[in-house]
Amino acid sequence: MDNFPILSVLVWLPLVGAVAVALMPSALSKVAGLGVAMATLGVGAVVAISYELDAGRQLREEHEWIEAFGVHYALGVDGLGLLMVLLTVLLVPLVLVAEWVKADDPKGTGAKAFVAWALALEGLALAVFCATDVFLFYVVFEATLIPAYFLVGGFGREGRGAAALKFLMFQLAGGLILLAAVIGLYVVSAQQGAPSYLLSDLEQLDIGTDAGRWLFFGFFIAFAIKAPLFPLHTWLADTTEKATPGTGVLLVCILDKIGTFGMMRFCLGIFPEASQWATPLVIVLALISVVYGALVAIGQDDVFRLIGLTSLSHFGLITLGVFALSSQGGTGAVLYMVNHGLATAALFLTAGYIYDRRGTSLISQMGGLEKVAPVLAGLFLVAGLATLGLPGLSPFVSEFLVFVAAFDYAWYVGAIAVTAVVLSAIYVLWFYQRAMTGPSPEGLLESTGELPPGTDHTDQAHGATAVATRPMTDLGVRELVAVVPLTAAMVLFGFYPAPLLDVSNPMVADLMEHVGIQDDEPVVPPGDHEAEEGESH
Amino acid sequence: MDFTKPELEYAELLPLFIVFGAACVGVVLEAFLPREQRRLPQVVLSMLAVVGALVATIVVGTDLERHTGLDGSSALGLVGAEGSIVVDGPTIYLWALILVFAIGGVALFAERQLEGGVSGFTGQAAALPGTDTEREASTRGLEHTEVYPLLLFAVGGMLLFPASGDLLTMFVALEVLSLPLYLLCGLARRRRLLSQEAAMKYFLLGAFSSGFFLYGAALVYGYAGSVSFAGINEAVRAGSANHGLLLAGIALLAVGLLFKVGAAPFQAWTPDVYQGAPTAVTAFMAAGTKVAAFGALLRLLYVAFGGERWSWVPMLWVVAIASMVLGAVLAVVQNDVKRMLAYSSVAHTGFLLTGVLGVQSAGELAEGQYSSLEGVLFYLTTYGFAMIGAFAIVTLVRDAGGEATHYDRWAGLGRTSPLVAFAFAFFLLSMAGIPLTAGFIGKWAVFTSALSAGAWPVVLVAIASSIVAVAFYVRHIRLMFFTEPHPDGTGVVTQSSLLTSGTVVVCLAATLVLGVLPGPVLDLVTSTGDFIR
Repeated sequence: MDNFPILSVLVWLPLVGAVAVALMPSALSKVAGLGVAMATLGVGAVVAISYELDAGRQLREEHEWIEAFGVHYALGVDGLGLLMVLLTVLLVPLVLVAEWVKADDPKGTGAKAFVAWALALEGLALAVFCATDVFLFYVVFEATLIPAYFLVGGFGREGRGAAALKFLMFQLAGGLILLAAVIGLYVVSAQQGAPSYLLSDLEQLDIGTDAGRWLFFGFFIAFAIKAPLFPLHTWLADTTEKATPGTGVLLVCILDKIGTFGMMRFCLGIFPEASQWATPLVIVLALISVVYGALVAIGQDDVFRLIGLTSLSHFGLITLGVFALSSQGGTGAVLYMVNHGLATAALFLTAGYIYDRRGTSLISQMGGLEKVAPVLAGLFLVAGLATLGLPGLSPFVSEFLVFVAAFDYAWYVGAIAVTAVVLSAIYVLWFYQRAMTGPSPEGLLESTGELPPGTDHTDQAHGATAVATRPMTDLGVRELVAVVPLTAAMVLFGFYPAPLLDVSNPMVADLMEHVGIQDDEPVVPPGDHEAEEGESH
Repeated sequence: MDFTKPELEYAELLPLFIVFGAACVGVVLEAFLPREQRRLPQVVLSMLAVVGALVATIVVGTDLERHTGLDGSSALGLVGAEGSIVVDGPTIYLWALILVFAIGGVALFAERQLEGGVSGFTGQAAALPGTDTEREASTRGLEHTEVYPLLLFAVGGMLLFPASGDLLTMFVALEVLSLPLYLLCGLARRRRLLSQEAAMKYFLLGAFSSGFFLYGAALVYGYAGSVSFAGINEAVRAGSANHGLLLAGIALLAVGLLFKVGAAPFQAWTPDVYQGAPTAVTAFMAAGTKVAAFGALLRLLYVAFGGERWSWVPMLWVVAIASMVLGAVLAVVQNDVKRMLAYSSVAHTGFLLTGVLGVQSAGELAEGQYSSLEGVLFYLTTYGFAMIGAFAIVTLVRDAGGEATHYDRWAGLGRTSPLVAFAFAFFLLSMAGIPLTAGFIGKWAVFTSALSAGAWPVVLVAIASSIVAVAFYVRHIRLMFFTEPHPDGTGVVTQSSLLTSGTVVVCLAATLVLGVLPGPVLDLVTSTGDFIR
């Protein structure tokens, strides 16, 4: 069992599954796709069980791939990688369940294509989180864009073609800048006599100050586009607005994590000196993202734009945690990545359910939903409260750690960052008030049209003409199955974050030691946390 | 004056003899066979010749002996034909590459199903467009079978071009490869005027550039007192007087070659010729000429003028940057597939030159690092397959007027013919350099060389133009998959014979394999070693 290539299985299973789904008859594709996704979830669980907490990077596999360039097929996970892997394998089956009906959209390219591209995206994203060779990382990093492009361009609302193009152009621009930096890194290692792309070699590399800072910027810009960070975020809201909610989850909750993941693993791991040097600039950008993203989110009328922009604010906080360069910040950022994935996925999916029912994504057209669909409203409220960092739900823990780190860095940084709490309360609660409370509009309770279910929720919905076209119902079983696990995870990790901390602490400690920061373990160890929370109630 | 009989190494030069010999036999067949019976023998002869030459190349390549040059450098190969032809590792690799592309060329030339039983070449080239004579030739189903010997002569010239050992042989090869191509460009069955215009432009500009090449050869001879590359190399390293003569010579020679590879500012002919020429010719020309001319350029610069590196590298910086920027930017505003591919080929010339200017001596490279020569050779491989494959697909998409090259006809193709659209998208992605396609590895190789040689400004420009290039490649993919069909209708993918579809499949497989598992081919390139100096 020791030498069993479990990570390869993890990565290749969804990729092979994607090809298989693409080749099989359409009728089977959804079931088969879900089966593959569940099997991958199972493999992910096996990885989690085989993972040893204090053993650093593990489950390694290393094979020569392109000898002429010194490139290896090298996989391995550390604490950060493991959490990202688990988040990915959890979210993909939920997305497939949530999009079960919608993927059949007659104007889209069909359920088969959606399932196949989603599985391809899953496999490539898992490869990104497991790659320990920079060349391999780059290859899969770029390759994720192909399925993402077809998912955005092939499914969703009017105008998605342009949105997909904008998305791809931003991402590829970042990718090409990263290409220059990765090649530069190789050249530096070649000048020192041992050209290599292995992360383990590169982390030991003595890069000159100037070269290191230039290369750092190449990596950082690429990840800042991915994450996204102000001022490279403009693709985000357009993409989430036009894409389906499920695609939004795949993009924002999984793919965008590659940005902050990359900042930790590559920017800090390979360029510790440059990271410290660039910290002030990065923190300023992160703070702008936090405040600006939240402010703009308040003003949105389209729910999917709103959720996209809240993510800009959250990614600002994650970046702040990463570049605060402390154990609290690092651990906070790692946890935040997981929790943001859970909370935002729940928001996207429940917002998608609202969209299905009302045929509009404009908040001003909604209202009065909680009387008709209390379960939907409740789940949506939980996701929203998690997003604003309510104690007892998991995002609180990570947000708290990041704030502590920010105050440790400088009081004014902390002070600015904390405004996020107020702003997020405004955008979540005001959103809830407009969408869910108030009088129910006419026609919510009885049918106004004869359209069969499944055809009424596409493309028509952008303007004021949208009306409810079938009687409002509360969530069905399928819809519940897709969201309840997320809610459960948020509650679980809100009260008992120990598993997450146990996995991330050793990894963050190693990283901080590598960067040359010495401080104590995070201030909120699992034991103290309940006490903290008691006080804040 | 004594005249000694030249000694020829028949065994090593066999590929050249096979191709040129078959071309001559083809001419004889034209003269003696009746018109209706010519096609099959010609196709079979050309295919046999190209495949035979490929086999001969492989045989020659497997037992090259080590040759020590005048300056003590050592590489595999031999200097043959009294010093005028050099068969070394890079020559063998380039030969094999050109011959593989030539197989694709013959296959595309021989395709008849697309035009309903006749080839894509005009029935009677001498007939004026739009006249009764032309219509008659068309109704009688006439075909020009001369295209096959012409193709073989062009292939022969391409083989000789990068193998030349002196400036005169190089010039002869240049003409042998160019003249048949000028003719072939004018032979399209449809849109005759456009085709003839292309041939005329190509011929005039080509003749002009040949003049530059000759002038440069004369100046360099004046400087070095020798036309052989080894002799020039020696003179350059010794550093004789009249340095200005040498610089002017290098510049003029470079103009001649840069014209052939289609580098800016000598790219003006590319879009018109690529668009007007029969698409089969465009496909073969885009791949074959580029490979041969880059081989020649590499040999000239690396072997003859290697000692003068610091004079020509800055020139290449300018040309590479101009090609990439111009090619990428102008491709964005095209609305015709063939013109878009033509401008993208200009941009690719820039990327290739980025590799060429990344030259470093063996001592400057780390152990096991890829050299710029190897990078360029690999890039040529990836580029050729993608280009032939893409143009082969262009021949398939048709409407009532023949090939439908306007963008409007490609809108919505992804819904009517998903497989063809996916194949085309894959070639475009490879040209854009997206990972897991061959183009990515090629780009990686040349960018690494250039950056390693300190040419980071060029690499930055290359990255910027790649971003621009991605825009028009992806826009075309969007057009095929996500745009509503044009009201006038989408082009129809015509059922082709195995000749075209087979070519597409082979190119597709090559592009995928070179992108995912490039190791064996990269090793092959490494094992070719260096030029003989």
